[in-house]
Amino acid sequence: MNWNAHLPALLLAVPLFGAFASPVLSPFGRTTRNALLAGLSFVTLLVSLLLMKSVLAGGTAVYVMGGESTGLALPLGMKLPIRIIMEVDAFSAFMAVCGTVASFAGALFSMNYMDKFTALGRFVSLYFLLTLGMLGMMITGDIFNFFVFLEIASIASIGLIAFWRDRPEAVEASFKYMLISQVSSMVFLIAAGALYGKYNALNMAAIGGLIKPGTMEKLALVFLVGTLAMKCGAFPLHMWLPDAYAEAPSGVSCLLVAVSQASLYGLMRVCFSLYGVNLGGAFIPWVIISMGLASMFFGVTMAVVQHEIKRLIGYHSVSQVGYMLLGLGVGMLVLTDARGMAEYGFTAIKGGMFHIFNYTMYKALLFLAAGAVYYATGKRDLNELGGLARRMPFTTGMFVIAAAAISGLPPFNGFVSKLLIYESVFAVHPALAVVALVTSVLTLASFVKVFQTAFLGPEKSSFTAVREVPAGMLFGMGVLTVAVLVATLFPSWTISNLVEPAAKALVDQAGYIGAVMGGGL
Amino acid sequence: MIANAPFFVVGLLFLGGLTAIFMEKNLVKIAIAISVISSSVNLFLVALGYRVGGTVPIHFLAGEGTRMVLPTPQAMTLTAIVIALATTALLLSLIMLVHRHYGTLDIDEIRRLRG
Repeated sequence: MNWNAHLPALLLAVPLFGAFASPVLSPFGRTTRNALLAGLSFVTLLVSLLLMKSVLAGGTAVYVMGGESTGLALPLGMKLPIRIIMEVDAFSAFMAVCGTVASFAGALFSMNYMDKFTALGRFVSLYFLLTLGMLGMMITGDIFNFFVFLEIASIASIGLIAFWRDRPEAVEASFKYMLISQVSSMVFLIAAGALYGKYNALNMAAIGGLIKPGTMEKLALVFLVGTLAMKCGAFPLHMWLPDAYAEAPSGVSCLLVAVSQASLYGLMRVCFSLYGVNLGGAFIPWVIISMGLASMFFGVTMAVVQHEIKRLIGYHSVSQVGYMLLGLGVGMLVLTDARGMAEYGFTAIKGGMFHIFNYTMYKALLFLAAGAVYYATGKRDLNELGGLARRMPFTTGMFVIAAAAISGLPPFNGFVSKLLIYESVFAVHPALAVVALVTSVLTLASFVKVFQTAFLGPEKSSFTAVREVPAGMLFGMGVLTVAVLVATLFPSWTISNLVEPAAKALVDQAGYIGAVMGGGL
Repeated sequence: MIANAPFFVVGLLFLGGLTAIFMEKNLVKIAIAISVISSSVNLFLVALGYRVGGTVPIHFLAGEGTRMVLPTPQAMTLTAIVIALATTALLLSLIMLVHRHYGTLDIDEIRRLRG
C-alpha cells in the first residue's frame, strides 16, 4: 500500500482522532494526556512534512474521499468533479507545514503551561479540533468544505479563547470574536451558494475553469474577500484580533496565529486560483493593498501605546498581516501582465509568502515568550515587570531572537522577507514602500520598549522567587526558535526550497485547475 | 417575478438580521439576529436548488417525475443547520457567562477591553 497517496487524508485524520480520543484517554491521568497532545501534534507535523516532500517531488496531490480510487477526481462520463476532494499544491503544503509547526510548539508549551488548570481533557480536544479546522481549510479543494472547516476552526477557537471562563475579559473577547466570525461565515456561505447557483459546482478548480466575469461573480468575490479579510484580521474589522489573542491561553494564541493565516490562505486561493485572470481589473488588488497599508499603519500605531504585553503583540499581528496583504496584493495587481510579473510581481509574492512563514514562527514565539513571563511572574502589565533577564535567561534569549526578527533587523529572517516586499512594491509606487518602512521602524521601537522594560533594568524585589519556566515550555519555544534560525541562517535555501514552489503554485491557476479537471481536456 | 420571491425574502431577512446586530443593545436579541441571518442563508440555499415542478431527488421515490430538485444544496443546508445549532448553543452559553460576570446584558456596559 502506498502511504504517500493517503497523506492528505492522514493530515486530517490524525488531529481528528486526537480530538475524540482525548475525552476517552484523559481520565487515565496527566502523562497519558500529555503524551497524546505532544505525540499526535508531532505526528501531524511529520505528516505535513512528508506531504510537502511528496508534493514537491510529485506535483499537486489530489485526494478523493470515498471514490473507487483516491486519485479519480473526474469519473467517466462526468463533466464536473463529484465527491469530497482535497487538493494539495505546494502552497497548501507550505501553509500546512507552517501551521503544524505552530501547533506542535503550542502543544509542547501547553503541557506545562496549562498544568494547574482543570478540564484539560476538553482543552486537548478543542486544541486538536482547532488544528483540524486550520489544516482542513488549507488542503480542501472544495469551497463548501472550506466553509465547514472555517466553522470548525471558529467554534474551537471560541471555546479556547474563553477557556479561562472565570475571567470576564476572556468571555468578552470570545463573544466579540463569535459575533464577527458568525456573520462573516454566513456571508461566505451566501457567496459559495451564489457560485454554486451559477456554475453547478462547489469544487474550486471546477469553478475556476468555468468562471466568466459577470455581476454575480463580482458580488461573490466581494463577499469572499470581505469575509476572509475580516477573519485574518485586516484593518477595518481587526478589533477582535488583539482581544482574542491577548485573552486566550498562550499556547492557544500561538495556534491562533496560524489559524488566521489559514483565512489568509483562503483569501489568496480565492483571488489567485478561483478568479485568477478573471479578477476584473485592478480594483480588488488595490482594495487588498489598501487594506494591507491601513492594517500595517494602524496596527503598529495602536501597538506602540499598549502596556499589556500580549495585547501589544496582538496589535503587531494586525500590522504584520498588512505586510502579507501588501506583498500578495501587488502580485495580484500584475497577474495578467507578464512583464510586470517577471520584474517585480513574483518577488512581491515570494516576499509575502516568506513573510507568512516568518510571521507564523516569530509571532507564535513572541506569544509563547509572553506566556512564559506570565507563567513565571503572574503579571502581564509591562509597568509591573522588570529585570527578568537575570532570572529567565532562556526565555529572554528566545524573546530577543523573535523581537529582532519581527522588527526586521538584519540578518534575521524578518529582514529578508521585508526586503523582498520593499524592493518589489517600490516598483508600483514608492509610497507603499515608505509606509512599510515606517511600520517597520515603529515595530522596532515598540519591541525595544518591551524588551527594555520587561527584561532589562534592576531586579525587582517582588521577582526574587521567579524561576526559569519548566522544560516543556522551553522546548515549545525552542522548536519555533530553531525554525526562525533556520530561515535566518539559510534564507536562500528556504526561499528556493519552500517559498518559491509555493509562490509558483499560487500564480499557476491553470495547474491548479488542471490537477482536478485533467489537463487539456 | 414570482419565482424570485424567495430571494427577496432572503434579502429582507438577511438585512433585517444585520440591522438588528448593529442596532440592538441586548445580547440575547443579537443572538436572535444571528439565528435569523443563518436561517436566511439556509433559505437561500434551498431556494437555489428548487426547480419548478421538481420532485424529491431520490431515484426510487421520485415516481413518474423526471424533473428533480437539486440534492446538493439540500445537503449543504443540512450541514449548515447543524453548524448553526452548535454555534447558537455556544453563543447562548457565552451570553450566560457574560451575564454571570457583568450582571447585565447591555452591550454598552460590557466594555472592559478597549484601546
